[in-house]
Amino acid sequence: MSQGLAIRLRGVVKRYGAITAVGGFDLDVPEGTCVGLLGPNGAGKTTTMKMLTAQAIADEGEITVLGHVLPEDSKAARAECGVVPQLDNLDVTLTAEQNLLVFAHLYRIGRHERRAAIDWALDLANLTERRATRVDKLSGGMRRRLLIARALVHRPRLLLLDEPTVGLDPQVRQELWALIDGLRSEGTSILMSTHYIEEAQRLADTVTIMSHGREVATGPPAALVAEHAGAQAVEVYGPPARLSEVEAAARASGARTRRTGTSISVLGDGHGLEGERRPANLEDVFVLLTGEEIA
Amino acid sequence: MMGGRLERSALSGVLVREIVNFSSFWKSSAFSSTVQPTIYLLAFGFGFGSIVSRIGGYDYVDFVATGTVATGVLFASVFPAMFGTFVKYQFQRTYDAILAAPVDTEELVTAEALWIAARAGAFGSVPLLVGIVFGLDPSWGMLTVPLVGFLAGFGWGACGIMIAGLVKSIDGFSYVSSAILTPLFLVAGTFFPLDQLPQWAQVLGNFNPLFHCVQLVRHASFGWEGWADVGHLAVLVGFALVMWRAAIVFLERRLID
Repeated sequence: MSQGLAIRLRGVVKRYGAITAVGGFDLDVPEGTCVGLLGPNGAGKTTTMKMLTAQAIADEGEITVLGHVLPEDSKAARAECGVVPQLDNLDVTLTAEQNLLVFAHLYRIGRHERRAAIDWALDLANLTERRATRVDKLSGGMRRRLLIARALVHRPRLLLLDEPTVGLDPQVRQELWALIDGLRSEGTSILMSTHYIEEAQRLADTVTIMSHGREVATGPPAALVAEHAGAQAVEVYGPPARLSEVEAAARASGARTRRTGTSISVLGDGHGLEGERRPANLEDVFVLLTGEEIA
Repeated sequence: MMGGRLERSALSGVLVREIVNFSSFWKSSAFSSTVQPTIYLLAFGFGFGSIVSRIGGYDYVDFVATGTVATGVLFASVFPAMFGTFVKYQFQRTYDAILAAPVDTEELVTAEALWIAARAGAFGSVPLLVGIVFGLDPSWGMLTVPLVGFLAGFGWGACGIMIAGLVKSIDGFSYVSSAILTPLFLVAGTFFPLDQLPQWAQVLGNFNPLFHCVQLVRHASFGWEGWADVGHLAVLVGFALVMWRAAIVFLERRLID
């Protein structure tokens, strides 16, 4: 039933007291693909990630990871997964190499393969020259790369990335994107949660938009944009009164609009409006479908 | 999940992490775990020792040197376990990373308690060495003292892990250490024998695992007392088992939503 799926979720519910963090969530991650879980803070992304390693136990529904049924067989699933957490939890008084050594043991790499696995992971993260540096002496970008290397040291079949580039500067973010893209092209299945539209658009084969613990839409980024937002949008700038006017006029003619801070975006060919034309994007889709701003 | 199998590779993974980390801070840890009981030993042994020469059939210095072993075991186990566990799940998020690997809470707690026990067995024995320098006669039975320290350290270490699983914030530790641990530490026959206390305190003292640890260390050093020691050993084994299972339950509640 889960043939060819690295992750399969059906009707998953997770409640914390009166709060429903995840409310009937379905998700498929086909093997060898990268799926982006896109949603604002509080949408249930992190809770979903935690359920995949049985660090949160679902109240209802079915979860299968790499053919193992959770939570019963979660240990077998975890052995084949790599996890990059949102919060850096490296051992800061240890060196880069010692951090990898510890995880080589935790992930049960055999004695004879350990050295090679650590060298490979250091090289992958471009940290070979920093192997003997203590983590608290590494830059933010290097620590993030080490966190990813740590998740990969045992060559997992599935990589779980929780907001992998949150809080990083744009250059470091692009470096990590290249790293993640490389892994996908080598056949590693990836589930990545993010609230960065661009990240999902660039890296994910399929995006699932999540809001208030539920799936809102799923598809390849381009298809989602085409289906829900069309080809292009016009962004009109002006004082607040002018924006309200444009909004009213556009709605009257049946066009869909959304506020984008200092401007208003009108989906479609512009209905004769003066403004900046741009291709429609995933953010348009997200806001149109959920009524929420994403970041 | 409760009641799973303890896998050797999971235990050794957690232990390797502790050992590698220990290599970066063993000096401060060894210092605090041995200097503190040594100061107690010197202060009580020579301070009180000048007033009281013999107590409970022992030279006072011998009495305190063996009693301080239990203090050393307690300091080297329950405190590092409480603070270490809290820091590792709350601040460093280390346990999130470990439980994402093929390690269950049961294995995590067991490995951490074993590691603390090993340290407590080693550090706790230091007062005996200090005592020997100051005139305590060495005996073969003293070779079993690190094992007694290991067993008691496992119980107290698991107790510290359990407390860390229960407290809401790190401030909670000050209530536990002043209201629970300090009386247990004083009313254990370390610095004065329990049989000079009122009846009710003697009865309570028998429920104190530290008291049984003190008795075993003393008897190991100066001569076993047969079934009484079997009883002391049984209490320590029971304490270790109960605390071990309780630590797993309460830490799992903290770590798994």
